[in-house]
Amino acid sequence: MRIEAIFLLGVGVFFGCVGIAYWFLSYEQGGTMMLIGTCFLGLLPGAYYFYWYRRMIGYKYFFWGKMEKAPGVRLEDRDDASIAEGAGVIDSFPGSSIWPFILGMGAFGLVLGLVFGIWIALPGISLILVALVGVTAESRRGGHV
Amino acid sequence: MTDVIAPPLTGGAPEVPVDHGGGAEHGHAEHGPTGILKWLTTTDHKIIGLSYMITSLVIFYLAGIMALIMRVQLWDPHGSLVSPGAFNELFTMHGSLMLYLFAGPFAFGGLANYIVPLQVGAPDMAFPRLNALSYWLYLTGSTTMLLGFFVAGGAAQFGWVAYAPLSSAVNSPGAGPDVWMMGIALTGFSAIFTGVNLCGTIFYLRAPGMTMFRMPIFTWNMLVTGILILIAFPVLTAAIVMLFVDRHFGTHIYDVLGCHLVSGKPAPNACGSPLLWQNLFWFFGHPEVYILALPYFGMVTEILPVFSRKPIFGYKGMVFATLSIAALSTGVWAHHMFTTGAVLLPFFSLLSLLIAVPTGIKFFNWIGTMWRGQLLFRTPMMFSLGFLFAFLMGGVTGVMLAAPPIDFFTHDTYFVVAHFHQVLFGTTVFAGFAGLYYWYPKMFGRMLREKLGHWHFWLTFIGFWLTFMPQYVVGLKGMPRRVVYYPSGLGWQIYNQLSTIGAFMIGAGFFLLLINFVVSWRNPVLAGDNPWDGHALEWFTTSPPPHHNYTHLPPIRSERPTWDYNHPDALALKHGPHAATLSNGHNGSDGTKEKAGV
Repeated sequence: MRIEAIFLLGVGVFFGCVGIAYWFLSYEQGGTMMLIGTCFLGLLPGAYYFYWYRRMIGYKYFFWGKMEKAPGVRLEDRDDASIAEGAGVIDSFPGSSIWPFILGMGAFGLVLGLVFGIWIALPGISLILVALVGVTAESRRGGHV
Repeated sequence: MTDVIAPPLTGGAPEVPVDHGGGAEHGHAEHGPTGILKWLTTTDHKIIGLSYMITSLVIFYLAGIMALIMRVQLWDPHGSLVSPGAFNELFTMHGSLMLYLFAGPFAFGGLANYIVPLQVGAPDMAFPRLNALSYWLYLTGSTTMLLGFFVAGGAAQFGWVAYAPLSSAVNSPGAGPDVWMMGIALTGFSAIFTGVNLCGTIFYLRAPGMTMFRMPIFTWNMLVTGILILIAFPVLTAAIVMLFVDRHFGTHIYDVLGCHLVSGKPAPNACGSPLLWQNLFWFFGHPEVYILALPYFGMVTEILPVFSRKPIFGYKGMVFATLSIAALSTGVWAHHMFTTGAVLLPFFSLLSLLIAVPTGIKFFNWIGTMWRGQLLFRTPMMFSLGFLFAFLMGGVTGVMLAAPPIDFFTHDTYFVVAHFHQVLFGTTVFAGFAGLYYWYPKMFGRMLREKLGHWHFWLTFIGFWLTFMPQYVVGLKGMPRRVVYYPSGLGWQIYNQLSTIGAFMIGAGFFLLLINFVVSWRNPVLAGDNPWDGHALEWFTTSPPPHHNYTHLPPIRSERPTWDYNHPDALALKHGPHAATLSNGHNGSDGTKEKAGV
């Protein structure tokens, strides 16, 4: 998680510097806003990853609040981790689901409705709502279609 | 939902059966929907990846046919095959299909979707249902855009860049431009979801021991591409929606018509700005070039070591070069706008020129990888070498265009068309089809024919140079791009005719690829699990891989775990007396296969 954090924070720092330099060289608003937005796109998740990296090595909050027992870094971040150490459940994955297809068709209907008339958008919106309910219920239930 | 248990290690103490279902759902993959329902409901990254690839290849052939029609039209200065309006539709849709619907989706939706989870040892993408939604949005977005040919007034005619105010409701009326925009919006969301999925998969689903600096370069490049997608595509999608709102809801975001006037002049901040569109579009558009290029760089970086029988030269250098290219590519958007007179020339020129440095490092490393290697000239290697030549030429002319004086002189001429095609054809076609030939055996468990592959390569390679080199010359002679007729008597015709001949050679090459698919399907030559003696983790599993990818995994102790596992003697030689400490004390130097964790 350390490399991931550095990677994302690097994105933020780089575009922050470029954004500031660009503003003072050009005073152009559009480009500066996009560069600063990109800076935050890196800084926000980067800070989150860094926070968790520090917790894994025993700090409660970034650089302070030493914990008694450090959870340790993840197996995928350890050079010496063996496959056997990762035994157990990795995660839950849906076997199959009809809802992405329904949601896609709903979005299709919606955009066609914006071009050709609201009569196509209405069934599209209906499909989107049904799919959103369906996929949420499927996630909560833990089942699959 | 199915709980996926981590696969056991290779040859370890008693193998734990992989539980795909957990209790009542055990073996769901085998007993789930079948036929068309299976395709509609799948969340398996392999089926979704294949769906992406098949759809994008169909689009590639459609866009290629459009290119051939344009080339036939330009054979004669006053060609009469298509009308000027139809020609405008053709070049708009050719560019849009190739860039929005083929080059990107084939790489990050298709090959990356299929290969990245395999390369990091994951059972699937991090968000499988989101992955399926990405594909359906891509398919419906593509369909929406193609609908333009069937509506009154025809498809969009404003080029793939849709510059304002040409794309306004006044200058481009009709439903064709609208379906074009809605198609982009849908595929934009699709790309954003794929970017999220790639980052999530690479950050969270790597196998134990697969540290960031042991990931294959292709996976690294897809991670960087995922970040670039998250930077660029939201800007495009938002910009397109604003363009649509301008056209239909009376706003003036990019439009100066009808804005509030004070003393006959536009009131401050009361008007839209066409240049805002260019800024937003190119803030997407230039990273997009690298969103299209980086995955293909990754494919070549996978292929060259395997067919040179060497590890990659300068692994970390490759990673940092990729990061540098991506970072710089997001700060150079306005080099497409030099001639507007409204951009900071030194800033954008300097950053554009700097991109040549990390790209040069990559070339150095690719050559270093092949240097004194035992080169095997199989079809994937041939296409990779073709990529090196093609991209080098495109890159050199890119450095030329980064200099404003040259850009001013060649702007909107065929010189730019040639440069652009050499860069993108070099990456998406040469490297992309290198990747297809390379991973096809893994996907289908059967080989493509070498002889047909070589014919495909040589026709494409010769056709490529014959098509685009004359375009540089005719561009320098002043021929503008996007013209349906051109004056006779200026000496431009011979260059156009050479281009047309080259384009048909490329077309013939791709016809051979179709034949190769049919032959491989009807008379299969079984590939086995690792026909190329590949390095990365995907070559460890079966061809095609099982549901959730792995029944067992090798120890991961370098960036090429499969090769390490298959060549234990070389591994021991490499690590010398310290081989014993490779994992948890098991001695790999005695000629037995190193089995971490046994």
